[in-house]
Amino acid sequence: MRPVLRFLSDELIEKIVGEAREILCKLGVEIHNKDILFMLGEHGAKVEMDRYHVFLTDEIIESALKAVPKSFKLYDVLGNETHHFSDYNVYFTPGSAALNILDYETNEIRKPKTTDYVRYVKVVSQLDNIASQSTAFIPADVCEKISDSYRLYLSFLYCEKPVVTGTFTMEAFNIMKEFQVIIRGSKEELKSKPLTIFSCCPTSPIKWSNVTSQNVVDCANFSIPVEFVSMPLSGFMAPVTLVGTLIQHTAETLSGVVISQFTNPGTPILYGGSPAIFDVRYETTPMGAVETMMIDCAYNEIGKYLGMPTQGYISLSDSKQLDAQAGLESGVGATLAALCGINNISGPGMLDFESCQSLEKLVLDNEICGMTIHLLKGIEPKEDFPSLPRFQELLKEQHLLISEHTRRYLNEEFYFPGVVIDRASRTRWQEEGSITLLERAHGEVERIIKNYVSSRLQDDTKKELTKLMTEEAHLYGMRNLPEHE
Amino acid sequence: MDILNKISEHLQLGDDEKVRIFTKEAIKAKISPKEILNNGLIFGMDIIGKKYKAHEIFLPDVLLAAKAMYAGMDLLRPMFIKGGIPTIGKVVIGTVQGDLHDIGKNLVGIMLKGAGFEVIDLGNDVSPSEFIEIAKKEDASVIGMSALLTTTMPFMKIVIDLLKEERLIGKIKTIIGGAPVTEEFAREIGADAFGYDSINAIEKVKGLTGMT
Repeated sequence: MRPVLRFLSDELIEKIVGEAREILCKLGVEIHNKDILFMLGEHGAKVEMDRYHVFLTDEIIESALKAVPKSFKLYDVLGNETHHFSDYNVYFTPGSAALNILDYETNEIRKPKTTDYVRYVKVVSQLDNIASQSTAFIPADVCEKISDSYRLYLSFLYCEKPVVTGTFTMEAFNIMKEFQVIIRGSKEELKSKPLTIFSCCPTSPIKWSNVTSQNVVDCANFSIPVEFVSMPLSGFMAPVTLVGTLIQHTAETLSGVVISQFTNPGTPILYGGSPAIFDVRYETTPMGAVETMMIDCAYNEIGKYLGMPTQGYISLSDSKQLDAQAGLESGVGATLAALCGINNISGPGMLDFESCQSLEKLVLDNEICGMTIHLLKGIEPKEDFPSLPRFQELLKEQHLLISEHTRRYLNEEFYFPGVVIDRASRTRWQEEGSITLLERAHGEVERIIKNYVSSRLQDDTKKELTKLMTEEAHLYGMRNLPEHE
Repeated sequence: MDILNKISEHLQLGDDEKVRIFTKEAIKAKISPKEILNNGLIFGMDIIGKKYKAHEIFLPDVLLAAKAMYAGMDLLRPMFIKGGIPTIGKVVIGTVQGDLHDIGKNLVGIMLKGAGFEVIDLGNDVSPSEFIEIAKKEDASVIGMSALLTTTMPFMKIVIDLLKEERLIGKIKTIIGGAPVTEEFAREIGADAFGYDSINAIEKVKGLTGMT
């Protein structure tokens, strides 16, 4: 039996959704995009164009909820299915999009470069428990105007896994979409085999900027899946209570569902978010706070109740180092998220309030993800009844280390983590050099990078992507792209 | 691939049936039993030991390989004059007095046999005098003692003190192990070696018997 954790009763979910719908209809939503306002107006919403305000109707919300797909699949660059966002299926994705990385050599948090990004992609391509890549951080050695598309370009070049990404500008969407059309061969093929998910973020409270709302529309027009990342801050830009925060999150996310489904009914979406409590002591937004995790798990229940697959920024840490706090917050988050069935769990590798990626943390988190995925298998009998023969064998042989039963189920019943997790006896650990977690993790990063095998994406396709990226760089005044092998 | 390689390869796969078949073939091909033993069976077990130490394989793989080794050794045994497999040393092992926990000790026994040692397993709850008497009688070069309880660990010291009394220190070496046992404790009581797991124990016994 798969273990499932719940925080909300159906009755409470209905009340929360009811309140959110009332907010959208009576207080409305601010959308700084006249085309969208016009579109919603045409469907019966009351629009106040001068203050970018629209009052939705129950019919509009209902119609959007009816159109939204209950599940969808993702495919890698080669066209192989990698994800089925449905029911309680769980997949892990590195946290994104950090401004910094934690440098192992100097132990300093610094701006990343292209070489750092390539190292990251090579690592994530080989982590078994992390199903997709994300454009996890922003290389600072290219001009800002291409920093979003450039990340995606490097990801496609070096790793086969599908990508969770996003645009920083409206202009960048085109090239980011074109990369995908090139890889798939046509718009139709891209529609039938989605390759990316774009994160689209409303602004609290209950607002959409021109850029992000246009991203939702652009993605919908090409049936590119989006994840809505609503970020209410409890006690600051949202009510202090978790239920109050959930009402706001529901309103903000439902408004995104409406924009998406009225642009193109059936566009795949993830009911996602990155809410947090606001720590009034430090003026920070702790992602590792247990209340933040509770909000994440709970909105996921609301998303499921409304019939949508879900996403969450959880299983990450606010610590600045790969320390006990980093393990604690990431481990608790991953476990809660998985038990609640958040379909796309975004977080591994991330530190410092979603602002810093660490490759060493990423390989550690890969083990957390592995253990968590194993946990979800629950406890099932495997030739355990009747048990008498097994115990007769045990009493006769005095151990079951090489019994048929052990050999058949050992690797299925146990999860054996890699060398990052220390399970040696103290003496053996000492004999092997008393290597710390950080050192083991770094060793693993270097081993993985050394073992990297090139993506099997066709060379011609890679060349085409490079041509497109180079032209885009020229457009914004960059003569050459940085070297990356 | 020659027959000895095949024996070694299938031993590493834990395939006792194949090891039996290829050992028979090797015997038929007039390869000397000593060569089959050293360059086929023990050679394969050495690789298994190294792989286990490097975390490449797990304990059940080692035990399966040992089982496959025994399958080959059973065929070789009658071929040696004086009816015995030549060994690289004789080790008396047991769990000390008052202690019934013998899982670790059993593993060490299996691994020692796999490495080519002759093992006399005294079982559990073994008195200090029994360790000494049997080691003397069998002309063993090493006594291996195991304990899981801190309350039974002092019996290890008694065995070593008895060896001193009988002036056998140096002639019969001692190795100790078990969950609460440490290198420091081994030094304190004058044990010659401490093994923190079964593979480590084998390496240490090889060291005590001049095999490494």
